[in-house]
Amino acid sequence: MNKNETNQPKKAVVLLEDGAVFYGISTGADGSAVGEICFNTGMTGYQEIFTDPSYFGQIMVTTNAHIGNYGVLEDEAESNSLKIAGLVCRNFTQKGSRVGKSADLIDDFRAQGKVSITGVDTRALVRYIRKQGAMNAVISTETQDMDALRELLKNAPSMEGLSLAGEVSTEAPYFFGSPEAKFTIAAMDFGIKQNILRCLAERDCYIKVFPADTALDVFLEFECDGYFLSNGPGDPAAMEKEHAFVAALIEKNKPVFGICLGHQLIALSQGLTTYKMHHGHRGINHPILNKETGLGEISSQNHGFAVSADAIENNPNVELTHIHLNDQTVAGIRLKNRPVFSVQYHPESAPGPHDSRYLFDNFISLLHHYSN
Amino acid sequence: MPRNKDINSVLIIGSGPIVIGQACEFDYSGSQASRSLREEGIEVSLINSNPATIMTDPVTADHVYLLPLEIESLEKILQERKIDAVLPTMGGQTALNLCIEADKMGLWEEYGVKIIGVDIDAINITEDREQFRLLMEKIGVGVAPSQTATSYLKGKEIAQKFGFPLCIRASFTLGGSGATFVHTRDEFDDAMQRGLEVSPIHEVMIDKALLGWKEFELELLRDKNDNIIIICSIENFDPMGIHTGDSITVAPAQTLSDRTFQRMRDMAMKMMRSIGTFAGGCNVQFAVSPDEKEEIVAIEINPRVSRSSALASKATGYPIAKVAAKLALGYTLDELNNQITKDTTAYFEPTLDYVIVKIPRWNFDKFEGADRRLGIQMKSVGEAMGIGRSFQEALHKAAQSLEVNRNGLGADGKGYTDQDEVIERLTFASWNRIFVIYDAIQLGISLRRIHDITKIDMWFLREIEDLARTQEKIEKHSVDTIPRDLLLDAKMKGFADRQIAHALHCLESEVFKKRQELKIQRTFKLVDTCAAEFEAYTPYYYSTFENEIQLPNGAPFVENESIVTDKKKVVVLGSGPNRIGQGIEFDYCCVHGVLAARECGYETIMINCNPETVSTDFDTADKLYFEPVFWEHIYEIILHEKPEGVIVQLGGQTALKLADKLNRYGIKIIGTSFDSLDLAEDRGRFSHLLADSNIPYPRFDVITTAEEAYDVAAKLGFPILVRPSYVLGGAGMKIVLNQEDLEHHVIELFKDYPGNRVLLDHYLEGAIEAEIDAICDGDDIYIIGIMEHIEPCGIHSGDSHSVLPPFNLGELIIEQIRMHTETIAKKLQVKGLINIQFAIKDDKVFIIEANPRASRTVPFIAKAYGEPYVNMATKIMLGENKVSDFKFSPELDGFAIKIPVFSFDKFPKVNKELGPQMRSTGEKIHFIKNLRDPMFRKVYSERNLYLSK
Repeated sequence: MNKNETNQPKKAVVLLEDGAVFYGISTGADGSAVGEICFNTGMTGYQEIFTDPSYFGQIMVTTNAHIGNYGVLEDEAESNSLKIAGLVCRNFTQKGSRVGKSADLIDDFRAQGKVSITGVDTRALVRYIRKQGAMNAVISTETQDMDALRELLKNAPSMEGLSLAGEVSTEAPYFFGSPEAKFTIAAMDFGIKQNILRCLAERDCYIKVFPADTALDVFLEFECDGYFLSNGPGDPAAMEKEHAFVAALIEKNKPVFGICLGHQLIALSQGLTTYKMHHGHRGINHPILNKETGLGEISSQNHGFAVSADAIENNPNVELTHIHLNDQTVAGIRLKNRPVFSVQYHPESAPGPHDSRYLFDNFISLLHHYSN
Repeated sequence: MPRNKDINSVLIIGSGPIVIGQACEFDYSGSQASRSLREEGIEVSLINSNPATIMTDPVTADHVYLLPLEIESLEKILQERKIDAVLPTMGGQTALNLCIEADKMGLWEEYGVKIIGVDIDAINITEDREQFRLLMEKIGVGVAPSQTATSYLKGKEIAQKFGFPLCIRASFTLGGSGATFVHTRDEFDDAMQRGLEVSPIHEVMIDKALLGWKEFELELLRDKNDNIIIICSIENFDPMGIHTGDSITVAPAQTLSDRTFQRMRDMAMKMMRSIGTFAGGCNVQFAVSPDEKEEIVAIEINPRVSRSSALASKATGYPIAKVAAKLALGYTLDELNNQITKDTTAYFEPTLDYVIVKIPRWNFDKFEGADRRLGIQMKSVGEAMGIGRSFQEALHKAAQSLEVNRNGLGADGKGYTDQDEVIERLTFASWNRIFVIYDAIQLGISLRRIHDITKIDMWFLREIEDLARTQEKIEKHSVDTIPRDLLLDAKMKGFADRQIAHALHCLESEVFKKRQELKIQRTFKLVDTCAAEFEAYTPYYYSTFENEIQLPNGAPFVENESIVTDKKKVVVLGSGPNRIGQGIEFDYCCVHGVLAARECGYETIMINCNPETVSTDFDTADKLYFEPVFWEHIYEIILHEKPEGVIVQLGGQTALKLADKLNRYGIKIIGTSFDSLDLAEDRGRFSHLLADSNIPYPRFDVITTAEEAYDVAAKLGFPILVRPSYVLGGAGMKIVLNQEDLEHHVIELFKDYPGNRVLLDHYLEGAIEAEIDAICDGDDIYIIGIMEHIEPCGIHSGDSHSVLPPFNLGELIIEQIRMHTETIAKKLQVKGLINIQFAIKDDKVFIIEANPRASRTVPFIAKAYGEPYVNMATKIMLGENKVSDFKFSPELDGFAIKIPVFSFDKFPKVNKELGPQMRSTGEKIHFIKNLRDPMFRKVYSERNLYLSK
C-alpha cells in the first residue's frame, strides 16, 4: 500500500434491492455484506444494538450522528459477538474516549470481519426506507461494480418467511444466576439478550437457558417455577414447530413471560396472526400505554413483525394490555385464563430507558403466586 | 382526560430586564406558554417590566401589564382581574422568587389563585442547597459534599473540614451570582464575604469542588399522571468549574454510554419525583467522574423552564414551554399532539440525527478591569447555536455565528503561535478557549497535555485535532488542484469558504466558484424530533453537506428537504447572538417584521442563530433557517429560495453590515437602499449631506494614523469623542480631555480594529441628548417618538434614562428636531425606520448620528404608545403601504421612562461609571404620571453622577 492510499478513505456503497444507491466511505472494516436494511433511532447504546441477536442478518443504519464515541465495554455486550450483518452510519469514531473501555468499536468490526461504512447521508436513507419499506440491501467497500453487487443481492433470501432463531441460539443448555435463588426458570433461547438474564437473576431467579431446537419433552422435564420465551430474529409465522411448542407449554398453567419474538409466538399459539411491518420499530424512545394502569412508559424496541390487532377482540383467551402510542399497534397481551403475559418491546432495555422493568417484577409476583 | 376546567384565566410572570444569567430565553418561553394557553381558550394576563419583549405584545397576551415585578403590581392585577391560576415557571428565577414572596404574604390565597406548573415546596427545596442535599441523601442520589454557612465563622469551620479547592455559592441567586472557586484562604475570605452579601437570605453553600468532572444536563417534562420524559441530554464541552451558561454545550450528549446515561435518566426522574408532584418542566444537572467508575452526582434541579430548556427546544424541535403550559392545565402527555409529526403524541423522547453546539458570547471589552477568566459565575451575555450533521460541523457553524471576527476554528492567520501564551490561555479559560485549543493542536502540543490542562473529554479534542489535520491537507493544494473528495470533506466538517480560501491562498469567491463546478452545495435538512422516522411538517431547517445518492434509474444527486414554493418570499435577517448594544430589541423587531410581511401575503423566511429568541421559534416564520448570519450561509439560502428581497434593517448591525455584499451580488434590499445605508454610516459623506442641508453637527474629522490625531485635535479642540467607525453599542468609544489620553486611545483602537478608520468628534460638553425614531416611505415621514435623555450627552444612549415624550425641551427645539429629521429622512430616501440622535446645546440642535434601521428604542415606543410601529414600517418597506395609509393615535398618560439595567454584580472589580460605551444589558419601562414622580426626581438629581470621560 503506498502512502497516498492510506490517506484516501476507500469509497463504499449501499445498494438497495430496488436499485437505489447511497454513497459513503469505508471505516476501515472492509468487505461486502448482504441483509435486510433497517434503522435504529437510539442516541446511545450502539454496542448493545450491534450485539443484539434479534438483529441477526440485518444491515443496521444508525440515525445518531456519531457512532463509536465511547468505544466498547465487554460487560455491556448483549451477546458474545456482533450480530448485525453490517453497519451504515454518518460519522464513525475510530478511537473512543471512555476511560475504562475494553476496545474500540472498529476493533470488534475488524476482528469479526464485519463491514462498516460511514459518511453516508443516513437521513436520506432512512427517509427512503420509511417511504419504500423494509428491503434487502448490500453494502460494500470492495467494489462499486453494481452488477456484481446485484448478483450478491439476488441470492439473499427475504426476511419474510425466514426462521432464524436457530442461527443465534445457544448450542448447549447453560445456567445463569445463583443456584440458591428462590425461583427456577426455564428459558427458551431464540436469541436471548444478556440483560434479560441479568434482570431475572437480579430478581432472585436461577435460569436454565435451552437451545431453540430443544424438544418439548426435554424442556418440560426440567423442574421449574416458570417459563421464559426470549426475543430473537426472523419471521415468527415461519416458526410453526414453536407455535405448538408454546401452546403446549401454556397448558402447564405455570407463569410464562414472553418478550418480542416470545410474545409473537404466544400470540400465534393462541390462534392470532402476525404480519411484517412496513419498516418496523427500532429505537429507545417508543411510547407505550399500559391499558391496565393508564400509565405510559418510554420503551426500547426492535421488531419488524407485529401481532395483528384485529383478531384480539374476538379471541376468548387473549386480552390486549399494552399499545404502542405512535401507531396503535399491539405492544402487550395477557391470557385470560392462564398466568401468561408478553410484550412486543424490551423491558430489559439494553439499550434504553428502564420504565418497563416493572414487567419483570410482575413476572416474579406471578411466580410467587403460583409457587404457593 | 381533558384539561382542568376550573382554570379560565392565567397570570404569567415574566423575567424582567435582561441581565447576565437571565436573558431573552424567557421571552421565548413566556410567549410560547401564552400562545399555548390561549389555544385552550384561556384568558392570559402577563406581567413583565421589559418592554423589548414579544411576550408583552398584544399579539401574545390578552392583558399586558408593563409593571415592575413587585408584590404591589401583582396585587393591582389581582384587584383588576379575576385570575384563576398563576404560572410562575416561565420567567426564570425572578418569577419563582416573586411567586414565593407573594405566597408568603398570602396573596395567592387571599385572591383564590392556584399556583400551576410547580409547587412552592419544590421551589423552596431546590433553592435551599442544604434542604436539597438532605433530600438527595434520603433518596440515595449522590451529591458533592457540601454544607451551608450563615456566618464567616461557620464557613471557616466547614472549609477546614473539606479542604481546598472549594466552591462557594450564595443561596437564592441566579446565574451563579456570588459563586466562585477558591483555592486559598485569601480567596476564601473574599468569596465568603461577597456570597453572604449577595444572598438575599445571607447564606452561602460551601461545596467540595468537583473540578474536572464531566458535566451534563437533562431536560424533563412530567404530566399529572406522573409520566416523565427526557426531552434532551446536553453535554458540557467544558467540564465542571465553568458555569454551564458559560460552557460550550453539545446535544445530544456525546460521550456517555447507554448504561451510564440510563443511570442518569433514572436519577433525574427520581429527583423530580422527590421534590413534588407538579405537572411541568424540570432541568437537572449532573457531574460524572472522569474515570472508569463514572460516578454520577447531582448538582442541582430547577423546577422551571430555563436557558437550557430553551436551548433544548431549539436543539430538538420539541416545544418545551408550550407543552409545559398545557401540562400545567392538567393535560397528559399522551393527549397532546406532537406538533411536528402531527399524528404521533407529545409522549415520546426526541431523537436527533444531527448535533448542536452552543457557544456563549461574551462582552468583556465592555467591562474594563473585569476578571476575564471563566468560572462558576456566569459572565456571558448571549449565545449562538450551530446545527450540523457532525460535531465538527456544528462547532464550526456556532463559531461562525459568534461575530467575533473569526470564520470558524483556525485558518485565518489569527491564532496564537507562542507556546507559553497558548498554555497560559488553555489554563485560564476565557472567551476564546475553543480557538486556543485549535492553536495548541496546530503548534503540536499533545492532546494528552491539552486534556490534562483543560479536562475536556478526549473525544472532543480528537474531533478538533481532525479539523486541524484537514486544514493541513487543504494547505497542500491550490484552488485548482484541490480534489473534490477533500473539498467535500472540509465542507462536511463545517469549514467556511473563507477558511478554505485562506488555506488555499485564493479568494472566497473562487472557492465558492470551485464548489459550484464540483457540485458541492449546501443542502437543507429538517429538525423533526424523530430522526426522520416519521413524516414531519415543521418548516425548521439547517444546512449541511452530504454525499450523493442515486435513485433507481436516476442520476446522482444530494437530497434536499427544503422544498421551494412558488409564493413570493422575503428573507428577514436576524441579529445573531445577544450582546451589549444588540439584544432582544432586535429580535422583537424581526418577529414583527415577519408577521407583517406575512400579512402582506409573503412567505416569510427567517435566518438566525440565536437559540434564546422568539424569532428562532419554528412557529414564527413560514420557514426558519437556523443558520449563522454569515455570508455564505445566507447567500446559499437566497440562491435556493430566490426571495423578492432581504430585510436587513430589523436585525441590528449584524444584518445591516451584510447589506453591502447583498447589494454587490445583486440581491434586492427591501426598504431603504444600500447606498442610503452606506451614506448614513460613512461619516464623511453624511457630514456633506448635513452641511448641504444646513444642519449643525459637532466638528469632527477622520484619521487613519495616530500621527494625524495631533493636527485634528488642535483643529477640533478638547474634549474629544474618539471612536472607530462601523461598530455597535459604542464599542471602543471614549471621551478624551488631553493630547496624552487621545494618543493612547487612538493607538489602542488601531491595534484592536486594524485597517479601520477612527473618528474624532468635538464633544459638546453639557449638552442635552435626545433621539427620535421615525417611519418614512421616501416622501412622507412620521416621527413615532421623541425621547429626551435624563443624563447629559456623553453617556451612551443605551445607558441613559430616556423619557418619552421630552420633559424639558422647548417648542423651538422640538421644531428643529422635527425639521432635521424630515430633511435627513428624505435625503436618505428612507423606506422603513430611522433613528436619529441629537445633542442640544445653547438652544441649537446638533446631529450626532443617524441610523436608517430599527433601533433599540422602537419596541419601547411601541409599548409606551400601544401602536405596532415595526409592523407598519415593514409594510412600508415592502411597498405595500404609505405612511399616509396609517392612522396614528398614540396613547400615553404622562411619561414613559426607559430605565437601563446593568449586570455589574457579575463583575465585582469593574468600575461602574458610565460613558460613551454602552454597558447595560437590559432595560425596563416605567410609567410616571408627572415630573413630581419621586423616581424621576431621584434619577434627575443624580444625572451627572456616573459620567466618566
